[in-house]
Amino acid sequence: MDNQTQNPDLHPPAAEGPSVGRPVRRLEDERLLRGGSRYVSDLIATSDALRVKILRSPHAHARILAVGATAARAMPGVVAVLTADDLAGVGALPCDWQAPGMIAVPLHPVLARDRARYVGEPIAAVAAESAHAAEDALAAIAVSYEVLLAVAEQEAAIEPGAAQLHDALPNNIGYQFRREGGDVERAFAEAEVVVRRRLTNNRVAPSPLEGRVVLSEFDPVSGRLVHHTASQLPHPHARSLGACLGLPLHKLRLVAPDIGGGFGAKLCFYAEDVICAFLSMRTGRPCAWSEGRGESFLATTHGRDHIQYAEIAASRDGRITGFRSRLLADIGAYAIGMGPGVPAINTGFSVSGPYNIPNVATEVVGVFTNRTPTGPYRGAGHPEATFLLERMVDELARELAMDPAEVRRVNFVSPSAMPHRMPTGWTLDSGDYAANLDAALELAGYRALRARQAALRAEGRFLGIGVATFSESSGVGPSIGMGSVGFRRAGHESARVVVHADGSATVFSGTMSTGQGHATSLAQVAADVLGLAPDEVEVVEGDTEAVPFGTGTFNSRSMAIGGTAVYEAARKLLDKARKIAAHKLQRRPADLTFEDGVFRPSDGLGVIPAAAHIGKKVEDKVVHAVFRRRMGMDLPPSDREAGTVTFADVAREAHLGHDLPMGMAPGLDETDFFDPVDMPSAYGTHIAVVEVDPETGQVALLRHVVVDDCGRIINPLLVEGQLHGGAAQGVGQALMEAMVHGMGGEPMVGSFEEYAMPRAADLPSFETGHTEVPTKLNPLGAKGVGEGATIGATPAVVNAVLDALAALGVTEVAMPMTPMHVWRAIERAREARGTKGGGDA
Amino acid sequence: MHDFVYHRASSLDEARRLGAEEAAAFLAGGQTLLRDLKHHRRTPTSLVKISGVLPREIDLRDGGIRIGAGATHAEVAISEVVRERLPALAGLAGHIGDPAVRHRATLGGAVVAHEIAGDYPPACLALGATVHTTGRDVAAAEFFAGPGRTALEPGEIVTAVTFPVPAKAAYVKFLNPAARYAMAGVFVALAADGRPRLAVTAARADGAFRWREAEAALAAALVGDALREVRMPLDGLAEDLFADAAYRGRLAEVLARRAVSLANGAAPGVAVFSHGSPLRIGVER
Amino acid sequence: MPDVSMTVNGRAVRGTAEGRTLLVEYLREHLHLTGTHVGCDTTQCGACVVHVDGLAVKSCTMLVLECEGSAVTTIEGLAPHGGSLHPMQAAFREHHALQCGYCTSGMVMMAVDIARRLDEPDEATIREELKGNICRCTGYHNIVTAIVAGAKAMAAERE
Repeated sequence: MDNQTQNPDLHPPAAEGPSVGRPVRRLEDERLLRGGSRYVSDLIATSDALRVKILRSPHAHARILAVGATAARAMPGVVAVLTADDLAGVGALPCDWQAPGMIAVPLHPVLARDRARYVGEPIAAVAAESAHAAEDALAAIAVSYEVLLAVAEQEAAIEPGAAQLHDALPNNIGYQFRREGGDVERAFAEAEVVVRRRLTNNRVAPSPLEGRVVLSEFDPVSGRLVHHTASQLPHPHARSLGACLGLPLHKLRLVAPDIGGGFGAKLCFYAEDVICAFLSMRTGRPCAWSEGRGESFLATTHGRDHIQYAEIAASRDGRITGFRSRLLADIGAYAIGMGPGVPAINTGFSVSGPYNIPNVATEVVGVFTNRTPTGPYRGAGHPEATFLLERMVDELARELAMDPAEVRRVNFVSPSAMPHRMPTGWTLDSGDYAANLDAALELAGYRALRARQAALRAEGRFLGIGVATFSESSGVGPSIGMGSVGFRRAGHESARVVVHADGSATVFSGTMSTGQGHATSLAQVAADVLGLAPDEVEVVEGDTEAVPFGTGTFNSRSMAIGGTAVYEAARKLLDKARKIAAHKLQRRPADLTFEDGVFRPSDGLGVIPAAAHIGKKVEDKVVHAVFRRRMGMDLPPSDREAGTVTFADVAREAHLGHDLPMGMAPGLDETDFFDPVDMPSAYGTHIAVVEVDPETGQVALLRHVVVDDCGRIINPLLVEGQLHGGAAQGVGQALMEAMVHGMGGEPMVGSFEEYAMPRAADLPSFETGHTEVPTKLNPLGAKGVGEGATIGATPAVVNAVLDALAALGVTEVAMPMTPMHVWRAIERAREARGTKGGGDA
Repeated sequence: MHDFVYHRASSLDEARRLGAEEAAAFLAGGQTLLRDLKHHRRTPTSLVKISGVLPREIDLRDGGIRIGAGATHAEVAISEVVRERLPALAGLAGHIGDPAVRHRATLGGAVVAHEIAGDYPPACLALGATVHTTGRDVAAAEFFAGPGRTALEPGEIVTAVTFPVPAKAAYVKFLNPAARYAMAGVFVALAADGRPRLAVTAARADGAFRWREAEAALAAALVGDALREVRMPLDGLAEDLFADAAYRGRLAEVLARRAVSLANGAAPGVAVFSHGSPLRIGVER
Repeated sequence: MPDVSMTVNGRAVRGTAEGRTLLVEYLREHLHLTGTHVGCDTTQCGACVVHVDGLAVKSCTMLVLECEGSAVTTIEGLAPHGGSLHPMQAAFREHHALQCGYCTSGMVMMAVDIARRLDEPDEATIREELKGNICRCTGYHNIVTAIVAGAKAMAAERE
């Protein structure tokens, strides 16, 4: 376990030896650093594709009375204009995660027909020779609307008499999903302490730096569509595209080349993909669309957005006996992608976190509002659960005047109790939460921090220390269980590993990197099994023609599930290679060692045991004799004198097939599907240290400590990167990011001038450590790491600010904790205490 | 962006002539103009590129620093003359936008754009600067006519600005977490004649202004404490997602005190406050 | 349509472009130098940073016609074709300072500019200097480490 404040031992690995566990530098970086990346927009820039622009509803809620495209169609450079009428045969966009109990599932149409239900909803589309011509044509499309009342917030939407989005869903309620375990009523009746709060988890925009982008090319001669899109789910999206268009999948190739960040925003299957493909089919020209940054705030799914009512019941010693919550989750205007399922299942099942809370009741209400639909965003439901729980645990600590770290410790599920079935039904598979917390406390120097906090308070300064612990069910599976929670995708992942005649290898993986470094990490897994160096392994993702099966990248599954599939496929290959080597060396496969790419007899002798030797010699003689008789020619003498065989020798032999064991087919090509039996729980502790300036509400983020447990670490360099980047996004939600709408549903955010993205100067260097409790749920021992830091960071920072301001009587700060919100909370507390004043604290 | 005819002026006279035509716009650094064009806020039919003909020199003249309108913010920030005589101005220039923007954006462009949250306008007002154009010399107070507007006639070009060197000066701003320009900013200067001047930017919806009440309070003593009871009136203050009128007014009050403390301190210059970043201990007290 | 000529990555380039063509559009669509990216529409994200006449600028907020006669360097021109990486590029790789790669070109070009202007800047200064470069993936930690190392390597090369 590493306690260093800087990056732990990250010296590059030696040239030989296994690479898993070592900080291998990324294989893909040289290309990216030289400007050789290939994002979809780069393909568009070098093509003559028609440019597609989308006409979007300017109203949050309106009847569409008429759409007049005639003038637009006649404009110079315009090749086609689409309205809903043109898409009569096209299916609606799928919702692949319908929360159990949804009475109706209002799907998002590709183009709105009778009603627009959020600002930004696509109404029409133009394909033209240039972006300028397309834009000009958009302005010429005449739409007449009858504006309707809109609801822009959950509690307003469920009020009787509120504007209704969908006739089939009264009060705009999509579902009420309940999970209960134990006897919550009794726990609250008998509790010594009960704390109740109303919390908000702010709506955010994932904002990967690359916006969404599509280049679709239909070849009318072959009837084949090649569809380039920045998608985190190439195979599911190919299925969705085929279904929408009525195009069979053997005529559809979906390619996701380099992708500039996803974070969940590119998990949804969107209208623009269908529109571009449809336009290409209609015009016979490639059609391209790229999202402008402003458009992204309207057209791409948002994350989070809960109103949370929580009650925590405990005894005076800090032990939590009951936890009850009612969560109003905003689904937005339509059920699309994973939207409805994320709060219901991921949040609904996760609310007890790493704690042993015997009585839990959760109700998640999915509410439709006239806003851009929500979808998964880094953590996808887990941050919402963790925020809720960690805020309430801190409130409990304050109520009991107990140290927040100690309250957590008292409630942790202990390692001896693992696997632990939570009252909600999911299982924590493994973990040592107390050891992880201790490591974080030590790394942070927690005691010294508390002392410093007291000293500074005496000087009239406000230091805050925030603790948050989390557990996260990553790598969702098994496939058989998905349907029970309404998830219409698989839980398994596939990998095909092929060894070429020279011994190098290619991995075809169904996962899809958007920056996580699969080209390196999956190469490491395969390379170690096959005795290769990582740069002798090429990883191919994101092309449904090259990779026939796949589920994609989400829920931190790529290493745990995808990596395991790679591992197992490579092991099958190695098995076969071993048999070929054994045949060449006249040994039994079990008698060979494989080290540094070489098969050697394990007894070190050039001569084989008599029994096996005789059998082999006889077989050889028979084969030679039969061949001579039939062909009248002699086979070359088998070289059985060599003492060792290299992997490259085996590979060559597998391709040539001159001297393979009897009955063995040539080739070194194995596919594996790994379907996890359950979800490993990643976990960690975050400790944030802030100082607040009460005059201006400025929060200085002084330190941020993360001790993460993602099970077995495949590449510590990549893991560090995920912790830093994940934590930064969590900090962003805590302090500055918010997708804000006015009461009528009008977005108040249209660019980075209103949406606050964290910059380098906002963040400290992160101090990271690791505990490594491998999971037994996959042979790699790996859990997920991509989302954990986001899950833990937001509540740690929020708790830190509240910890700093407790001395000023502040109990709540509006989210996000911008300077104005912090300042206002301080002013309110001051007024409540009856102290006036405009100056120093 | 709408298309336009592009002219590269080869002399100031040619520039004035082209610029006087209808729907013409001058292009210097382009950091505000091009942004406006991309968002369809302006639709000129001709652009006149004047970077090549604008003066860029920075020199001391008659008790003031005269800076050519073509000087970029980066050039002003590293100018020895400005850093030595008016570090608050060098620091101000060095904290406009970001380093890449500062390599292009010019003093002339900033002054002409007169943005509500611009950093140069309060400096011009607090220092009593003079704006030199191809036609005349105008006091800053008369030059800034309203948000986004100046006293310039069509075809008239700003060629330089002279900043009188004060006895003391400082600039303090608090950044909007999203846009990263000022959410409130205060420039304070003690003129050579002993009179304090204090100008505020990004507070009022109509742009930078001299805060007379604050100046009056400081006339007694140029110390932060003198401003303890001075309140920013909330009428007419700008409002956005990150600062409503009440908060913005308070911010302006706090920053005014800090600007005075900084001007009196050992290293007068610029202090920028930004959410997430370290507090600037010493400037608060 | 006006003519424009300049040097790009050391080679003389001539072409024609509409007045409204941004430098980034010209680089990407006319010259097919797609290493420079567009990530926002408010001149904030820095994915488009290139060098014009030796200074880092945002190519999304310059007209290509403004570059008449200028020397433009893009990410593709930082290391010689087929040659070894520029020390700043090497530092980014060494310190895992890129994940999705979308901000990387602009970040590296800005980093080189910072190192040239400020010799060997410390971490706090580097964080300030990156105000105009947004990264969504890395949390900036490794970018800062890489720039410290890259600047040091560049300084050593100069000696």
